[in-house]
Amino acid sequence: MSTATELRRARPVQAVLAPIVLGLLVVLAWQGAVTAFAIKPFILPAPFAIGAELAANLQSVLAGMTVTGGNALVGLLLGAVLGVLLAILSALVRVLDGMAAPIVSSIAVVPIVALAPVLYTMFGAGAETARQLVAALAVFVPVYFNTLRGLRQVRPVHRDLMRSYAASSWQATRTVTLPTALPFVFTGLRIASSLAVISALIAEYFGGPVGGLGKSITSAAASSNYGLAWAYVLGSIILGLVFYGGALGIEKLATRRT
Amino acid sequence: MTERTLTPERRWRIPRLARPALLGVLGLVALAVLWELYKFFGPNNGVLIGDLTVLPRTSDLAMPHLATMALRLFEPVTGAATALPLWLAVLQACAFTLGIAAVGWIVGVTVGLALALLMQRFRLAEAAILPWIVLSQTVPLIAIAPLVRRWGAQVQLGEFAWENWMSVALIASYLAFFPVSIGALRGLVAPDANHVDLMHCYAVGWWKTLWRLRLPASVGYLLPALRLAAVSAVIGSVVAEVSIGLRGGIGRLIVEYAGAAGGDPGKPWAPIFGSVLVGLVAAGFVGLIGLFLRRFRRGEVNA
Amino acid sequence: MSTLSNSAVPAVDVPAVDIRSVGRIFPGRKGASVTALDNVSLTVAPGEFVSLIGPSGCGKSTLLRLIADLDVPTSGNIRVFGKPARQARIDQDYGIAFQQAGLLPWRTVTGNIELPLELHGVDRPGRRARAAELIELVGLTEFAGSYPDQLSGGMQQRVAIARSLAERPSLLLMDEPFGALDEMTRERMQNELVRICAETAAAVVFVTHSIPEAVFLSNRVVVMSPRPGRIRRVVPVGLGAMRDRGEDLREDAGFFRSLSTVRDLLHGDDGPAIGAPRGVETR
Repeated sequence: MSTATELRRARPVQAVLAPIVLGLLVVLAWQGAVTAFAIKPFILPAPFAIGAELAANLQSVLAGMTVTGGNALVGLLLGAVLGVLLAILSALVRVLDGMAAPIVSSIAVVPIVALAPVLYTMFGAGAETARQLVAALAVFVPVYFNTLRGLRQVRPVHRDLMRSYAASSWQATRTVTLPTALPFVFTGLRIASSLAVISALIAEYFGGPVGGLGKSITSAAASSNYGLAWAYVLGSIILGLVFYGGALGIEKLATRRT
Repeated sequence: MTERTLTPERRWRIPRLARPALLGVLGLVALAVLWELYKFFGPNNGVLIGDLTVLPRTSDLAMPHLATMALRLFEPVTGAATALPLWLAVLQACAFTLGIAAVGWIVGVTVGLALALLMQRFRLAEAAILPWIVLSQTVPLIAIAPLVRRWGAQVQLGEFAWENWMSVALIASYLAFFPVSIGALRGLVAPDANHVDLMHCYAVGWWKTLWRLRLPASVGYLLPALRLAAVSAVIGSVVAEVSIGLRGGIGRLIVEYAGAAGGDPGKPWAPIFGSVLVGLVAAGFVGLIGLFLRRFRRGEVNA
Repeated sequence: MSTLSNSAVPAVDVPAVDIRSVGRIFPGRKGASVTALDNVSLTVAPGEFVSLIGPSGCGKSTLLRLIADLDVPTSGNIRVFGKPARQARIDQDYGIAFQQAGLLPWRTVTGNIELPLELHGVDRPGRRARAAELIELVGLTEFAGSYPDQLSGGMQQRVAIARSLAERPSLLLMDEPFGALDEMTRERMQNELVRICAETAAAVVFVTHSIPEAVFLSNRVVVMSPRPGRIRRVVPVGLGAMRDRGEDLREDAGFFRSLSTVRDLLHGDDGPAIGAPRGVETR
């Protein structure tokens, strides 16, 4: 009823149109600025030039996306499974929750990529394992926290209801706890999805085999091939969007059903 | 989960505040024990499935004893006579990185707050900008760190010359602005319709409403956002140091010492502990801000 | 209080609130609009206590929001002390209290009561003095330095009422201010409100769900009906002047008579012809 809350809801047409218009304006301004001020391509190539470069090197960019995307995916799955399992354990066993708290909070405030070099020595610098683990650790944090929050979200009235039905603890978990927590798990996954890509990519800056997007960006930049470097950057942007979009879609599906 | 509330008496009595601390220490000890146990029992070459190493190698090189890591901290960095003790070198690098992260944090927080205010004030701005802000985080812009450096080299205005550390701070701020803009926007629109109506009744303008109502009400949302931003700024600084090749910070030490790991397995762990420290200090600093703003985090109880 | 010149008592013949054939239509999705108010007219005299009562959806809260200029009517017009509602709001001619106390959780009781004074540039000593006065009026002297989360619901609501009185308004708008309180607290608050009204001589427009509350407090009870929101009948209560109303009144025969009249009207029975044709106000 309140006019204040009414104001916050943008009309659908506006919600779709406004960001698109803004995006187009920025790209056009960028292109215009590069042309008008004759900015040299090694500083900032024009968007259309980057597009052309991407088209010309599609094969190698796609290969890089496959490598980095594969690492991110493995990390995402691994981190998500670990995060959910540990969160369930923490919700069930309070002592475990207390023990995990400082470790998980430290992981949350620490640059996980810093672990990349030692992981390379632990798992072999020739394999992708270290990068997948870096991605998994990065994914683990939001998934763990969100799942735990979801599991604690059960309303007292529902818990009392289950008690009054004399429901077993498994029944209560299945009918009340899990459905309540599920949307939170997927929110955690959505946040984690882009983290997985970024982490897998920057782990490449710290060593390991070539082939991924991160290594390709640095080597293209090192050899002053800036157009190509930007094409790889564009590839990584697309990869990030694919992961985010996928997670968002799954989240939408899951929350609609529950 | 339900039974707990029904048993009021505890078996052993521990002061209420000491309990989480004790459990936390227990957790860390458990982690250490796990490390040493696996090192002792695990195969030297790691556990392999086919060609894939699924559990790490346990050689002294790959998994040094915890004692090795700790003792290494108190030895000099190198064999040179003038070398500092390792812990001191790491602490200096920590301070350097923390400084850059702080600059990035301040820039990021300023930009984030400005965006949030803009979006709160103008609905069209929210519709146009918000999706891009969300998308900006799916974009690993940190990937362009090597390219940002190239920009910096071009900037020269009179006395002012762009330095490499500024590129690092710029990337840190890019990571930091996101949580602030989202958190602040959520906080600024958080006041109850009731409170907004009241301000309308008092016939006060946007600025007064912002100052008296929206900003105080947003503190609860802002603080976690500021903490996230601090952490992101640290991560951004560490990574950007590596990819830009800036010397002096903790990120650079991580790569440098990792290269020296061959004969000195304890050494690479020192800057890692350093980065943990930087992250904790950054988060702790925001916690301190929260202490000063405690008054604004009171909940309203509607009986 | 020299800075608050706008709270001067208006000329006697200007009604506190003058509502003329007001309608409010909320546009719904796909053209399905909701008529919250349809052709409503009502006048409230200075110092008069008028309650709006009716089932949910009858538009009583909407009507109050229109008077407060929190919302704008689709048709008709509203004047408050002879001015358009918007001007009256800008001039701070009314004080308002909502169902939720709506206190700012980071301010103490004193700080909350001072808020409107602070916003309108009253100096610090003036604010302190006025707040202390009001805190005493609502009987919360011991809690002047407490924060809202340390108070019970009834106390919070008393602070909200004190806040609404801060600028000595000649009109009070109250939207179910006691709706969230238990029955005991509620009756006590009603007694206090009667006392406060007698002391301040402000006109009151009071939205409520409760029939006894409306009858006990009011000079006139406006019974409304839903879909579309209309005034069904205006019932004059005539239980005497505010200052004479006490706890005994709840046992009075006149009180029960008015009670059953209002109840019959709410239940769809037109009751004895006390008021005027629906929607038209005569006095």
